[in-house]
Amino acid sequence: MLVLWFFVLLIALCAVGYVVGRSKASASAGGDLSTLHSLLSYHGWNVALSTFMAGTLAIVLWSFISSFFEGAPTIVGVGIAALAALAVFVLSYGRISRDYRARNFVEGLVKSLLIGASSIAILTTVAIVLSMVFETGRFFTQYPWQDFFFGATWSPNFRGNSDLGMLPLLWGTLYVSFIALLVAVPIGLFAAIYLSEYASSRVRSVAKPMIEVLAGIPTIVYGLFALITVGPMLRDYFAQPLGLGESSSSVMTAGIVMGVMLIPFVSSLSDDIINAVPQAMRDGSLGLGATHSETIRQVVVPAALPGIVGAILLAASRAIGETMIVVMGAGAAARLSMNPFEAMTTVTVKIVSQLTGDTDFASPETLVAFALGITLFVLTLGLNVLALYIVRKYREQYE
Amino acid sequence: MTDATANQPSNSTGKTSLFVEDARTKKRNAAEARFKFYGMLAVATGVIALVLLLISILSQGIPAFSQTFMRVNITLDEQVLDPSGNRDPEEIAKVMTFAYDPIINNSLQSLADELSAEHPEVTASALQGMLSKASKGILRSDVIANPDLIGQTVEYEFLANGRIDGYLKGRVDREIAALDGNVTPEQLDIADTLVEAGKLEKRFNWDFITAPDASELRPEAAGLGVALLGSAYMMLIVFCLALPIGVAASIYLEEFAPKNWVTDIIEVNISNLAAVPSIVFGILGLAIFINYMGLPNSAPIVGGLVLTLMTLPTIIISTRAALKAVPPSIRDAALGVGASKMQAIFHHVLPLAMPGILTGTIIGLAQALGETAPLLLIGMVAFVNNYPESMFDPATALPVQVYNFTQRSDPAFVERASGAIIVLLLFLLCMNLIAIILRRRFERRW
Repeated sequence: MLVLWFFVLLIALCAVGYVVGRSKASASAGGDLSTLHSLLSYHGWNVALSTFMAGTLAIVLWSFISSFFEGAPTIVGVGIAALAALAVFVLSYGRISRDYRARNFVEGLVKSLLIGASSIAILTTVAIVLSMVFETGRFFTQYPWQDFFFGATWSPNFRGNSDLGMLPLLWGTLYVSFIALLVAVPIGLFAAIYLSEYASSRVRSVAKPMIEVLAGIPTIVYGLFALITVGPMLRDYFAQPLGLGESSSSVMTAGIVMGVMLIPFVSSLSDDIINAVPQAMRDGSLGLGATHSETIRQVVVPAALPGIVGAILLAASRAIGETMIVVMGAGAAARLSMNPFEAMTTVTVKIVSQLTGDTDFASPETLVAFALGITLFVLTLGLNVLALYIVRKYREQYE
Repeated sequence: MTDATANQPSNSTGKTSLFVEDARTKKRNAAEARFKFYGMLAVATGVIALVLLLISILSQGIPAFSQTFMRVNITLDEQVLDPSGNRDPEEIAKVMTFAYDPIINNSLQSLADELSAEHPEVTASALQGMLSKASKGILRSDVIANPDLIGQTVEYEFLANGRIDGYLKGRVDREIAALDGNVTPEQLDIADTLVEAGKLEKRFNWDFITAPDASELRPEAAGLGVALLGSAYMMLIVFCLALPIGVAASIYLEEFAPKNWVTDIIEVNISNLAAVPSIVFGILGLAIFINYMGLPNSAPIVGGLVLTLMTLPTIIISTRAALKAVPPSIRDAALGVGASKMQAIFHHVLPLAMPGILTGTIIGLAQALGETAPLLLIGMVAFVNNYPESMFDPATALPVQVYNFTQRSDPAFVERASGAIIVLLLFLLCMNLIAIILRRRFERRW
């Protein structure tokens, strides 16, 4: 609350700074504004921006430093920040004169703000890694890493003595992702080929947006679709008659629905890549007498293959990191089984279940979620980097 | 004549004319047709999946917007509610909710007496089971708000029990009711009688959109008010933070950044952040914003910050594309008449790129609005039935509320989850329409 008031006052001070800065510059020009180095508004902005940045910087630095000391009162930090803001206000006001290069100074400040904004991307990555590395480190002091990475049973027990082997979760994740790719890759690829090579512009203008709508639907909607429609349907028409299982949440349910979610992802990426194949290659093949489909299969697709592989890897990384569909469709039982109609669980489901509800951040049962998180992060990052590398390498060939 | 004979093709395959397909051509043409058919099949599968998804959600969710109400004349007994007779709101507030039980029961008894002449099955106790468990609470807060009602007989419309509502919507039938402990087939008969008598009516229910969530026992009273408010707070935070930061970062990277390894790292970073699983951002929010910075659990401020970090890459990528689309001649012209680089960008390039930037931002916001997984980890899945008064109060979000509904055992919540999805999809539709209109009307092509 105190900090909020500080910012309200700071902004008021900046507004005052803008007005007085402007008027002092105007007075220093002595009636002829063209003798000023910078426009009036730059003199105003000079005072306002410097004051604001000094105050904000001071408060951010204080909150960072004070986090290392227990019980440092906020009022001290706010006081220091207010003093810093006032000092800079007086300083920048004092510097105003006819020849002062206010524009250059303001532009320097703005540029430093722009640099600050773009470094937030790096800070986010650092924060992601740090937030997981420390807790994972604590987890591995309480639980041996060999058992985590190579253990085949997952049975957390909040009274201690739990088995936290990752293999069943990893198996579930890979199994669901595999089924999802089995659905999404052929459908997405054929849809992309049809839309870019065969479809008339009218069909294309209707079908392409419809498929892309699938990409804009939130995953919770797919999760609900899996839960209330696909799951019961698969159970009643496939699993029960075939004697394969009684559960409506299964690897198959989650996999198929996730596959539908990935169709637009695969198709729009492949579409771009297929369109990037030079027309001359198609013309050459058609000129030799190949049919349209032979051209596609033997010339266009091989030429686009690295890009398509990249797209599939990106889709795989999406599938591995997907959460809501598996939470609602795949079940919660950690199991190493081949039967796709059985409920299995994934890394993301267990991150959610270990971190929601009342959690105790000292027990290995909670901390394991961070170890799972970092595994997931490394896995998807690896796939993304590989995919980007492949796509970039492919692009160099034709541009 | 002889020329024609001489030009007859004579080759080893025995082919006589280009217009007659030989076996191999037939095979190739069949393969061609098959290939094309596979493509059509794939497109059709995608479209059918979309249609099925929408039909499934709409058919399940539309009933959630109407609700069954029971019309009851309540005699507000002064002896019970305000024994001293001075209509002091504080004294009335001291009367506990259970004291309203006999009042409702008496009124139901008179309703039963009225109807039982023709329909002997109507009894007060059966009627009581058909009312929502929320009724007495509603009655009490209404009396506290309007003390003048005490002593009068007022016609109230109470929510009917979730099962009776389900019967009117065709979700519950007599077979299910016989197995269900919460409703009996006789009560369904009574419901028919009441409908005939005009005492039971199904109509549009605004409370579904505005009311807060309700407990597991009262699915008929559960609404989306808190979730909508929470989502609105978060969208406000995302818009106010992600747009300026994203635009600033894009301007630097696109216009100022020198080509060196630092810029390369930032670029790779942004493209990787766009592909980091959303749940990882939830872990980040839990560890940094809640455990380290001590922000409150379940608060929209934390959700907003997490979603901001998530949408930044999307906004940066689309903003950079929009900036790139402004032709260099604009910059050159501005620089040529003496503007500084900063002035050229802020006065000329940025305004021209604004429609593209806003389109990208709206699409990023739509993505953030539908995001669920990271919000589960920062505690927004908790049961909240008070409207949040600030960004620091506990709230839920629309998609999380959907998840929350699906975790409850009463089947009436499935209908409400689907209804909530319809609300969510309507919002997304509006946002995307705005983005499309912005693009159509303001985007310039050079």
